[in-house]
Amino acid sequence: MTDILASVNYWVTIFLMVGGLYIIVAHGNMVKKLVGLGIFQTSVYLLFLSPGKILGGTAPILAKEFELYSNPLPHVLILTAIVVGVATIALGMAFVVRIHEAYGTVEDDEVQELETDA
Amino acid sequence: MIALHLPALQVVLPLLAAPLCALVRRGTVAWAITLIASWAAFAAAIGLLLRVLDEGIISYEMGGWAPPIGIEYRVDLINVFVLLVVSGVGAVIVPYARKSIAARFGSTEQAWFYTMYLLALTGLLGVTITGDAFNIFVFLEISSLASYVMIAMGRDRRCLTAAYQYLIMGTVGATFIVIGVGLLWAMTGTLNLYDLAQRIPEIQNTRPVLAALAFLTVGISLKLALFPLHLWLPNAYAFAPSVTSAFLAGTATKVAIYLFLRFFYTVFGGEGFFVTTPLPEILLLLSLVAMFAASIVAVFQSNVKRMLAYSSVAQIGFITLGISYATETGLTGAMTHIFNHAIMKAGLFLLIGNVLYQLGSVKIEDMAGIGRKMPITMAGFVALGLSLLGTPGTVGFISKWYLGLAAVEQGQWWLVALIVIASLVTMIYIGRVVEVAYFREPTAQVSQLREAPPALLVPAFVLVGAAFYFGVETSLSVGLAQQAASLLLNAAY
Repeated sequence: MTDILASVNYWVTIFLMVGGLYIIVAHGNMVKKLVGLGIFQTSVYLLFLSPGKILGGTAPILAKEFELYSNPLPHVLILTAIVVGVATIALGMAFVVRIHEAYGTVEDDEVQELETDA
Repeated sequence: MIALHLPALQVVLPLLAAPLCALVRRGTVAWAITLIASWAAFAAAIGLLLRVLDEGIISYEMGGWAPPIGIEYRVDLINVFVLLVVSGVGAVIVPYARKSIAARFGSTEQAWFYTMYLLALTGLLGVTITGDAFNIFVFLEISSLASYVMIAMGRDRRCLTAAYQYLIMGTVGATFIVIGVGLLWAMTGTLNLYDLAQRIPEIQNTRPVLAALAFLTVGISLKLALFPLHLWLPNAYAFAPSVTSAFLAGTATKVAIYLFLRFFYTVFGGEGFFVTTPLPEILLLLSLVAMFAASIVAVFQSNVKRMLAYSSVAQIGFITLGISYATETGLTGAMTHIFNHAIMKAGLFLLIGNVLYQLGSVKIEDMAGIGRKMPITMAGFVALGLSLLGTPGTVGFISKWYLGLAAVEQGQWWLVALIVIASLVTMIYIGRVVEVAYFREPTAQVSQLREAPPALLVPAFVLVGAAFYFGVETSLSVGLAQQAASLLLNAAY
């Protein structure tokens, strides 16, 4: 039990990761797929950030009164990853809008039906 | 001075040219900028090759920050070879793009297209040149996002769903790669590939490192379209504009294959780690399935571009087959085929782009008798088709020769037989196009056609010429591939 609690951050990460992937695979609605993709990417942010945090540590500030500080590297990396994630979701949404204009639906199966008819 | 900063210039030139294209918003100016930037990138790659041949591995400290804290660009024979392929294909396609893109888009949209083209080129070159694991992810996403947009600019509405599907699968793949990198970073505290290669051997059988390996394998395999993770590829290549298809088929999957090699042979290189995992067997099996299943599916396609896309999946199977041997000859075959397939497939997509430009369709039944009306285009198509199936005197033969040789070295004659049979299936689908194009009466639509303009023919024929030149003169392609293969096997980095 204590083991599970000690690594609770990893359990949350894995839950979000698998949940996100499941939504991508299981849902036929293109917007929902993007929601799943967002959750999946967010889980990776946690994977990077949580091991970098030291309990009681502050930001890495060069001052005498602070001795314990967290590693700043994961924050920098994830800041970049968040930007990438935002761009991906935005582009995905733009595609969904264009697909809706072209097909009149954003459901996977209905789009596929229209494509095989053509 | 310039020679010193070549590694940075390789990436920075197209990166700076991209926003310029977006700012000028005039198609012709943007094209000129793209032309200069892409040829400058090609020149930089040649300069890097000469420097690497001369002085060995180049380590470039980005912004003057020393590795492993700072980002390092590390150029050795392996990635300079891939840089050469990517920037070379990128440079040849730009002259073709002008007419092909101008025929369909307004001036502003052309500028946007070139912006995306340059960003995709930047990303692919960046992935190849960088020596930092997280930097790989960032560049991978730059190139991926740009290529999604380039695919969505096709004329058929199906390009939108293809781009969407590629976005979902590509992002999942890239995220898998970041998960792998994150686990490696958590275990070693470094993101520098060279540093990782030093630290991993001690801990390579711990669970997080093996998990990282698994995530990296799946993520990279998605990007390189290894069977059965290739589902995004056929529609993306089939419905994208011709320029996009040619560019991505020649470069994007090749860079992913480079990543595969880099992670498995350099980063996890210690004492032949690759062969102690079940990966060689899995890779062998998947490669064989790709070679056959994708080729057979290609035979039944009515859209020639889609046929070529499936053929790409099959040819990637040939490349991964070479990797799965884990011998010097096998890797030489794989590296050579990276080079050769880039030339052949980019050329084929450009030529079929000519058909699309003149005819407005790439359906095989619409192409009846087109060999008489567009003789030069179709002659090029047949020539590259012959190369694809491995006729002696062409590049296709060279790579298949080495792949076969590697199988013989291991005493696996049945593999040689399978390589030959898979090549025969290639003959069937190329033969179908030849039959329709040459031995059928032209339809009313085809009989009014004229040959494609020289602006579209010349770049395609540069690649056709290269397919024959490097089929005879192999010291550049095979020579470099051989040296790169021995570097990979010795995990020298």
